[in-house]
Amino acid sequence: MSAQAQPNSFRTGPDERGHFGQFGGRFVAETLMPNILELEKAYEEARNDPAFHADMAYFSTHYIGRPSPLYFAERMTEHLGGAKIYFKREELNHTGAHKVNNVLGQILLARRMGKKRIIAETGAGQHGVATATLCARFGLDCVVYMGAVDVERQKPNVFRMNMLGAKVVPVQSGTRTLKDAMNEALRDWVTNVSDTFYCIGTVAGPHPYPAMVRDFQCVIGTETREQMMEAEGRLPDSLVACIGGGSNAIGLFHPFLDDKDIEIYGVEAAGHGLDKLHAASLSGGRPGVLHGNRTYLLMDPDGQIQDAHSISAGLDYPGIGPEHAWLHEIGRVTYLSATDQEALDAFQLCSRLEGILPALEPSHALAKVMELAPQKPKDHLMVVNISGRGDKDLFQIAEHLGNQIV
Amino acid sequence: MTKRIEARFEQCRAEGRAALVTYVMAGDPDPETSLQILKSLPKAGADIVEFGLPFTDPMADGPAIQAAGLRALKVGQDTVRTLDLIRRFRAEDADTPVILMGYFNPIFVYGVDRFLADAKEAGVDGLIVVDLPPEEDDELCLPALKAGLAFIRLATPTTDDRRLPAVLANTAGFVYYVSITGITGAATPDFGKVATAVERIKRHTPLPVVVGFGVKSGAHAAAVAEGADGVVVGSALIDALKNTLDAEDRATAGTIEAVTKLVKELSDGVRSVAKRAAA
Repeated sequence: MSAQAQPNSFRTGPDERGHFGQFGGRFVAETLMPNILELEKAYEEARNDPAFHADMAYFSTHYIGRPSPLYFAERMTEHLGGAKIYFKREELNHTGAHKVNNVLGQILLARRMGKKRIIAETGAGQHGVATATLCARFGLDCVVYMGAVDVERQKPNVFRMNMLGAKVVPVQSGTRTLKDAMNEALRDWVTNVSDTFYCIGTVAGPHPYPAMVRDFQCVIGTETREQMMEAEGRLPDSLVACIGGGSNAIGLFHPFLDDKDIEIYGVEAAGHGLDKLHAASLSGGRPGVLHGNRTYLLMDPDGQIQDAHSISAGLDYPGIGPEHAWLHEIGRVTYLSATDQEALDAFQLCSRLEGILPALEPSHALAKVMELAPQKPKDHLMVVNISGRGDKDLFQIAEHLGNQIV
Repeated sequence: MTKRIEARFEQCRAEGRAALVTYVMAGDPDPETSLQILKSLPKAGADIVEFGLPFTDPMADGPAIQAAGLRALKVGQDTVRTLDLIRRFRAEDADTPVILMGYFNPIFVYGVDRFLADAKEAGVDGLIVVDLPPEEDDELCLPALKAGLAFIRLATPTTDDRRLPAVLANTAGFVYYVSITGITGAATPDFGKVATAVERIKRHTPLPVVVGFGVKSGAHAAAVAEGADGVVVGSALIDALKNTLDAEDRATAGTIEAVTKLVKELSDGVRSVAKRAAA
């Protein structure tokens, strides 16, 4: 724990200017400010409207397939010989990841606001697929910006988006990954402010996005509380989730932040290793300002943003959501990291022991479960968020394991 | 505190014309060439010079300025070196206002107080920082005003009358009206609407209002000069520069002249429009 004073509650942020401690804020061009204020107002209204919540509940149940199960991973538990491990099965959601929870909320909000054109950025393609899916469902135009490098390594998802009627724009600027896709989406938004809704995929960007996306993802943690009470008659002892921008993690963590005995672990992508190319902003970065918010960033001494690297396109981002930066600084959440190799090992173990192919993103969380669980007693209840399924990664994993699928 | 800026607008008013404001990127295509270009701009007819602080992720800029920033970063340009170039420019030119334009992260990382002191000492007159709206005035705008540097704000077509007072509140030097909703170097605006927009802003401020985004030629400059106190040109100059570079993005014999030639054309455009001198 750091020496900073601890707040009475960890769940009251952000303040009215969008700050979590020193992090967050609204660092955007003037052209976008009126839009961001309009969005903030519309979200406040929706949040307090029972009809909005009723819509969310209906589509969550009947379209996404919620609640997602909390599953006792018996063989993984036996194999590791310590904590009792539960999987929160977000990979079973429609479209195969947690991303759809947030997209549903934002698309219902865009409809309330009368916006007909939706833009999004995507890394692994899961957020793009979720956005394309809901745009198809509600008959909205959809443009997805995706780094050209990611287009190449996530081909199945590009094809899925095309089938859903979305236009995928490969981004050739900068490092041609997620951060550049976000730059390009912001450029589109600056150009088409009046009719366009920017559906951000993670708990980053200018206020109110980090808080709004978090709220839409909190269903993960809220369900976990109820499901664990039902299964074990008590709350879990620890939570583990992977972090790129950090939306699946904050969704699981946030409803538990004030249960101060619960250990919470976020797992960043350590790529080739923290002393080499990686994507661990908290472990290897420092505070800066990018994409509308102040947070931890990977950058050089002049403040130029550096390339992130992770085997997982979904974690390959040089920043992290501002609320995570704050939770890191005040010490409420412990942030660890897992390398590409550790994630690949965890992917294989989980696949063989549980018959579940996790995406490479949550494989990072599983890699740390493999370290943490054996140190815990057998009555320790550990929840890991399986934020997405691994089907999209199979070609890439095959390549790393030296196999050819076709 | 914005003496050089005020004096320059005063002078333009006395000459009965709009001011020409030019933008080039510091360190593009290399530090020495960019300094030579900076020095040549006032001689070619620029009244105020904006120098870009390179940034890897310029989210409000189009391809021309993005590429210019990356060229500069590739040859090692950073904030220290950019201030150095301004210091050398200032040693030879005591009067032309210099505005540093960029994004907040390199300044934040440099340290706001240290940056303001060093910029002031180097001879910078004002700052335009694209990703700092009035909601974030505590970060740099208010400290800059305290340090004696103008913080020049962008007003856009989306800045309505309710919001304008907040946008103008801590603005000094001049107001930069972005004539389109879009990124730099993209669409050419309907210049007929520019004068109306400038009038609207002028109802809220006594400061000069300059107009940029989409100005590419002497004719464009003349059209904008009709309705504004100044005309800003950036991407078109950077395009002119880029067209002279060799395959490895190095300057050639024609690089500096390509920029000054266009500045002369723009300057002629601005000067072709007679305006009433202020009373």
